[in-house]
Parts: sequence; structure tokens; C-alpha cells
Amino acid sequence: MTATTQTLIDLGYIAASILFILGIKMLGKQERARMGNLMSALGMLIAVTAAMFECCLDFTWVITGLIIGSLIGLIAARTVKMTAMPQMVALLNGFGGIASLLVGWENYHSQPDSNFLVRVAVLLAVLIGGVAFSGSLVAYGKLAGKISGRPILIKRQALINIMILAVVLICSLYWVYEPRGIFAYLVFLFIIALSLSLGVFSVMPIGGADMPVVIALLNSYSGLAASAAGFILLNNVLIVAGSLVGASGLILTGIMCKAMNRSLGNVLFSGFAKRSGKAVATSVQGEPKPISAEDAYYVLEAAGSVVIVPGYGMAVAQAQHAVRELGEILENNGAEVRYAIHPVAGRMPGHMNVLLAEANVLYEQLAEMDDVNPIMDTVDVCIVIGANDVVNPAAREIESSPIYGMPVIDVDKAKTVIVLKRSMAAGFAGVDNPLFVRENTRMLFGDAKATVQQLVTEFKES
Amino acid sequence: MSFGLLFFVFVLAIFLGVELISKVPSQLHTPLMSGTNAISGITIVGALIAAGSSADLLGSILGTAAVIFATINVVGGYLVTNRMLAMFKRKSGEKK
Repeated sequence: MTATTQTLIDLGYIAASILFILGIKMLGKQERARMGNLMSALGMLIAVTAAMFECCLDFTWVITGLIIGSLIGLIAARTVKMTAMPQMVALLNGFGGIASLLVGWENYHSQPDSNFLVRVAVLLAVLIGGVAFSGSLVAYGKLAGKISGRPILIKRQALINIMILAVVLICSLYWVYEPRGIFAYLVFLFIIALSLSLGVFSVMPIGGADMPVVIALLNSYSGLAASAAGFILLNNVLIVAGSLVGASGLILTGIMCKAMNRSLGNVLFSGFAKRSGKAVATSVQGEPKPISAEDAYYVLEAAGSVVIVPGYGMAVAQAQHAVRELGEILENNGAEVRYAIHPVAGRMPGHMNVLLAEANVLYEQLAEMDDVNPIMDTVDVCIVIGANDVVNPAAREIESSPIYGMPVIDVDKAKTVIVLKRSMAAGFAGVDNPLFVRENTRMLFGDAKATVQQLVTEFKES
Repeated sequence: MSFGLLFFVFVLAIFLGVELISKVPSQLHTPLMSGTNAISGITIVGALIAAGSSADLLGSILGTAAVIFATINVVGGYLVTNRMLAMFKRKSGEKK
């Protein structure tokens, strides 16, 4: 390769890095987000083109891989339903992780005599990539309903994880100092197996409602794995892009944890089980007051301002289109309609926003929790659709509640609250919700979608 | 390029990432996540180099598998993000 070619390749990588940075920046602003995504895609195209100039003696393998991957990616992205987006994101993220693992493995396979620092980088790429891959697959399984979404608690969970980590450490030390020979190769394969099992064991005990945290964290891991791959190949663009993703994933993880008032360690290691142990005594006193769809219609018909609070139940019932229709009817009826969305409602960060946007709810109507709470006592009617823990006043009032201290949407401060709910079962966390027996709360039982459609019909018929 | 210099780049990029992300409205969390997820597919560059310069068959297979997975991540990630962002509509735009 000539010096000029090398310079051009480097310039290409720099251009790609700049486009990634601008792209991420623009993704944070609604008006320019789409443009930002395109810029970052352009950066990727430039990076791949540059890599083609330095990668290959033989292009057959590379081209085959690119074509197969593109086709699968294309078809998957075209066909996936918006409701299946959380598991799609988890799956794609896992693929990034396994790719970094394989890059590390290939490097060791082809150049077992590399220097010490490169071996450390190989190790990190394999470990982080492996955890990101298997962890994402488990998250995918949970989100797609292929594995139970409930936290699966394994006895002595923490102990098992610590033991795996200890074995990983011992094997890694051996391998880093003595990478040659069949035995070292076997140790390396064993490390891969351990990293994969670590991902499984870490995500298995985490329940569905904590998924936003896990997905954000795994996203961060796959970025860091790419960064480690960059250290293997001494490649700047991998390091820059990987660490940008790693950092952004960590920030998002932090935001999600804050929205649940829990530390990352608490989410990762305890499920909800430990915390709810002491809270059994705080059962809620009082009787829920049911309401018929017809009566709910009269309440809504008279309302001047309505706030709709969606939760995971709306996603399960696929009620977003019906909800949007109800929202429009209410607006035409003269009410001010907003959608208040809790940061951890649903199964991934921003899950509800995506569903409502798919149903053509305007971006301006999607309000954040902190904007809605201060004006909640001026709201006439709050409609809670399939949300439970994120609207639970116990988080403010009952100190012994397992979710005490978590920021919630204060729907109970509205003049009237209508809660759409399948039955009186407790929410995901197994926590009683005093909201349901409040004086100003009415329970509208039934399937979320059917109930909302019923309300829409009531309006149309009158 | 020396390891020390690469590490320097790594640390700076982490800080840059933190600065870039800290103020994002929660409405955009999903697209941001899937958009950055697509960027983490940058490992495709490493995968290409691995697949194209491998010494034997197993190495080529490992490299090619890496290319396939990374490409799915990249292509799927960008397309999915674009699809989601296209759905976010504002009043100024066409109000159906």
C-alpha cells in the first residue's frame, strides 16, 4: 500500500468520526434527528469504503458477508412491527457484540504471537462482546415473550456471578501471559464460553419493567466492545465511534436508573424480590370504584383538559391507534389533550413515544413527566392506560413501599382519574397501588384496546 | 499509532460522548439508542479487516461471520432508526 493510499484511508476514518459525532448530536434534537441519522449512516459508508482499501487480499469472503448481512438487515428492518421494536433493538445490539467477539477471536487465531497489549484488547473485546451478545439475546427472548419476563431468580445468583468472574480472571491471566499452544487455545475458547454464560446469568434475573435499564446498558457494552476491537487493530475510527456509543449508553442507563430511583447495582443484582420483602404489610385499604364506559364518556365529555398516561399495557393491547383516535375526538370536543410519558414506561427507553408516534400522535403532545406534574391539579381528567407502578402514589407517600422515592406521574392530583385495567392484579413489581381506591379514581375494567374503542363509539354515537 | 495515543483518543471520545448525550428529550430516547446502536456496528471495519486478511479457512469463516453480524447491525440499525424518526410528526408538518 502506498503512503498516499494510507493517508486517504486515514482521512476517510477522520471524516467518518466527525460524521458520527455530528450525527449523535443531531439525534438529540427532534427537528434534525433524521438528518443526524443519515449523516451517521454516511459516516459508516465512508468508513466501510476506506476499510475496503486496506482490508483485503481476497474480496470473496468480504463481499459475501456484506451481501448476506445487508439482505438480512434490510428485510428485518422493513418487516419488523413497531410494537416489536424493543426486541429488535436488543437483537441488533447483540449482533454488534458478537461481531466484536469474532474480530477478537479471528485476530488471536491468525496472530497468536501478537504483543501483550493487543492480547489484553482481544480479551476485552471477547469478554465485553460476549456479555453484550448473550445478554442481548436473553433480553430479546424476554421482550419477545419467548422467555418469562418475570425475574428468574437463581439461588446464590451473586455468588455464581462472582465465581464466573473469578474463573474468567484466572483464565485471562494465564492466557495473556501464555497464548501459544493448543492448551492456551482451549483456555481462550473457555473464556468465550464463560463470557457468554455471564451475559445470560446477568440478564436472566432482571424483570421486564427493568428492561429499559438493561437495554441501555447492553447498548453501552457493544460500543465498548467495538472500542476494544479498535485497540486490537490499532484503528482510530473504531475507538472513537465505540467509545461515543459506550458513553452515550452509560448516560442513558443513568437516566433510566434515576427515573426508577434505583442504583444500577440494585437493578442488576436484586430484581425486585429483595426490596419488596419488607413491604408485604402495606396492603391497601378500601374498595375500587368501577365505572362503565358510558359513565366514563360523560366524565370525558365534560372535561376541559385531559392527560393520557400510557404504560406497557397499552403496548400489549396494541391500543395506540385507538388511543390516538380517542385523543383526537376529545380535542374536537374542545378539550386540551396531552400524553404524559414516564421515562421508564414500557420496555425500552422512549418506548411509549415510539408507539404513539406510530399512531400519528403529534410530537408536541408528548409531554415529559416533569412538565406535567406541576400542572396536574389543573387537569380535569387523567386517563391511565395500562400503566401501574409509574403512577403509584405510594412512591410519594408510603415509606415502606418498595418503590418509595421513585419519581411518578402524579395522576391522583387530577380532578378525576380513570384507570383502564384488565383486572385488579398488582403491577409488575407486585406492589399494591393505593391509586385504585382513591376517592377521585374510577376503574374501567377490560382490555385496553376494546375499552378505548368503546369510548370512541360512545362519542361518535352521541 | 502508539497504544498511548490510542488510549488518549479513547478517553477524549468518552468525554465527548457524555457531553453530546447529556441533554436529550426523553421522546427521542429510543431513536437515540437505536441510532447509537447502529454506530456501534463500526466494528464492521474490524470485521472487514479480519475477514480479508485471514491466514486459513477457520480464520476466514470467523471474519466473515463477524462481517455478516456487523452488517446486520449497521444496515438494520440505521433503517430501523430512520423508520422511527420518520414517524415523529410536528404540527407544522402535514397534519393528516
